[in-house]
Amino acid sequence: MSSPRMTTENESGSGLPNIVPAPPAKFVSDPNPVSSAPAAPSMIREYLNNCDSGAMADKSFAAVMLLCACSIFAIVAFIFGILVVHSHLSLAQFGWKFFARSAWDPVSGDFGAFPFIYGTLATSLLALVMAVPLALGVAIFLTELCPQVLRAPISFLTELLAAIPSVVYGLWAVFVLVPIMRDTLGPFLYKFFGWTGLFEGANFGVGLLTASIILAIMILPIISSLTRDIMTAVPNSQREAVLALGATRWEMIRVGVLRNSRIGIVGAIMLGLGRALGETMAVTMVIGNHPEISKSLFAPGYTLASVIANEFSEATGDLYLSALIEIGLALFLVTIIVNAIARLMVWAVTRGAPARVH
Amino acid sequence: MSTQPLSNQRRPMDFQSKSMRINSAWRSAMNYLVSGLSILATIIVILPLIAILFYLVYKGASSLNLAFFTHIPAPVGELGGGMANSIVGSAIVLLLASLMGIPIGIAAGVYLAEFGRGTALANAVRFTADVLNGVPSIVMGISIYSLIVMQQKHFSALAGGVALAIMMVPTITRTTEEMLATVPHAIREAALGLGVPKWRTAVSVSLRTASPGIITGCMLAFARVAGETAPLLFTAFGNQFWSFRLDQPIAALPLQIYVYAISPYDEWHRLAWAGSLVLIVMIMVSVTLVRIFANRGVLKGGS
Repeated sequence: MSSPRMTTENESGSGLPNIVPAPPAKFVSDPNPVSSAPAAPSMIREYLNNCDSGAMADKSFAAVMLLCACSIFAIVAFIFGILVVHSHLSLAQFGWKFFARSAWDPVSGDFGAFPFIYGTLATSLLALVMAVPLALGVAIFLTELCPQVLRAPISFLTELLAAIPSVVYGLWAVFVLVPIMRDTLGPFLYKFFGWTGLFEGANFGVGLLTASIILAIMILPIISSLTRDIMTAVPNSQREAVLALGATRWEMIRVGVLRNSRIGIVGAIMLGLGRALGETMAVTMVIGNHPEISKSLFAPGYTLASVIANEFSEATGDLYLSALIEIGLALFLVTIIVNAIARLMVWAVTRGAPARVH
Repeated sequence: MSTQPLSNQRRPMDFQSKSMRINSAWRSAMNYLVSGLSILATIIVILPLIAILFYLVYKGASSLNLAFFTHIPAPVGELGGGMANSIVGSAIVLLLASLMGIPIGIAAGVYLAEFGRGTALANAVRFTADVLNGVPSIVMGISIYSLIVMQQKHFSALAGGVALAIMMVPTITRTTEEMLATVPHAIREAALGLGVPKWRTAVSVSLRTASPGIITGCMLAFARVAGETAPLLFTAFGNQFWSFRLDQPIAALPLQIYVYAISPYDEWHRLAWAGSLVLIVMIMVSVTLVRIFANRGVLKGGS
């Protein structure tokens, strides 16, 4: 692994032209006979003989690097281990029923995670419903329609959107989005879509729908920038082939681009889902924080992440704490699985494409 | 077969027939519709960003003053006060996180790019890093709480630093690897050909060549964790007073913004807006710098 020879280096190179090593042997061999060397060792030879070969340093450097790389495994294993150990009380008491029960009563020590699972799934899926069409539109615009001049500024702006911290989104949502929801958007939705039964009950501005909107704004840049990368990875010959058959631009995008990159786009959407499932601060600030299951989107809810954020530091009693840690464990496992599947999908599409420089 | 009589061939298409014209009009209408929709989508996406930024600058700038940078939070009911201790506390926690996270992240990236390229272990590490990147920050918070805070029996700046460091590692690893992959092999080969040991080549040649990109990657990770609140809730915990000790609870800017934003006092809301503006400006400046340097740092014509 730490061999100083370079041939190994060439073979593992990614797409680099193989530079032919090994110069012809006759140039290497000394013109003088070797027998003269031991009689009077030259200074250089002496220096080289005394010099350490460096194999030791090489090996230890490689080992340290390997150790650091493996520390990533260690981190994941350690998070999993510590969550399992500290949630054993609740695991033992409630078993798998924990995720199907809807009681949440810290006083009498009765815990169930179902309202939180419902809140998390409802907000994340609603956010996806809102964000995915918009993100796809942005990605199509950026890769296929956008004039070259606008491309960089718009993609830069969407990246800025991704860099805004969660708590700032939350602050904006509390003071801008909630009043809009309460006074304008909410009554509008009730008037026109009230018959669906999804917009019933009192509208305080905080609730599942507000949380979903802020989540949608937060996951948009992730989905759109990944989708853009994936669509850029589709070779141009595909586009040209479809256009040459007389297709319009939309048919070219549909047949040539979207159909080729659909697995990667699904992966990007799942990465957005993973982010939405674990999003904490902004959701906690606008969801209303009330563990109930209601069909109405105006009703306050609670998510897995926000119950931890709100109640963890004031959890009294080992069972309470352990129930909260079990919720954390569930969140960890679900996001790991969603992310792993998503990464595999994205990887399957962009594997051949050159590494993107951020 | 090619010997079939000509009469069996299909009639040439009549492009002027009514159905063809309707079809063509439908297709081009569809084309314009979808183009219009995607432009509309872009506008809808850009709008909230502009709205958030403008509102933030408007509210933040009108409530930002010198006291914000020099005073500690005032008690409830009193006007004034600032977030000086939170800014310093954030700096301390982030410094701790960088000291732990950056070396590990870069080393793991060096392993992926220089030593383990193409091996199954490297692929597994890369995959795990990507997955770790998506783990919710609140989960990091509770696991560090269980590891450090429960043992120490009190919240501490150190625990906050560790939680943020764990969040930095995967980002830095992946950026380092991508940046090292852009270093041309000829440069490494030149160094190895001069008899430079492999470790020295990695440190002084590969890493140095890729250093602008790696530094920007580190800043990107830094900017990402600078705004994280969730992992600090149960580790650094926050503090209303000055504290420089690593084993004591310490204030942090995002935490303070959160506490003030959900409070019922107007004066605290004002401070939350000012704090958000400071945080955003910090992050945006570093992201913009990253943009500039990342484009400049890439070796032109390499590989």
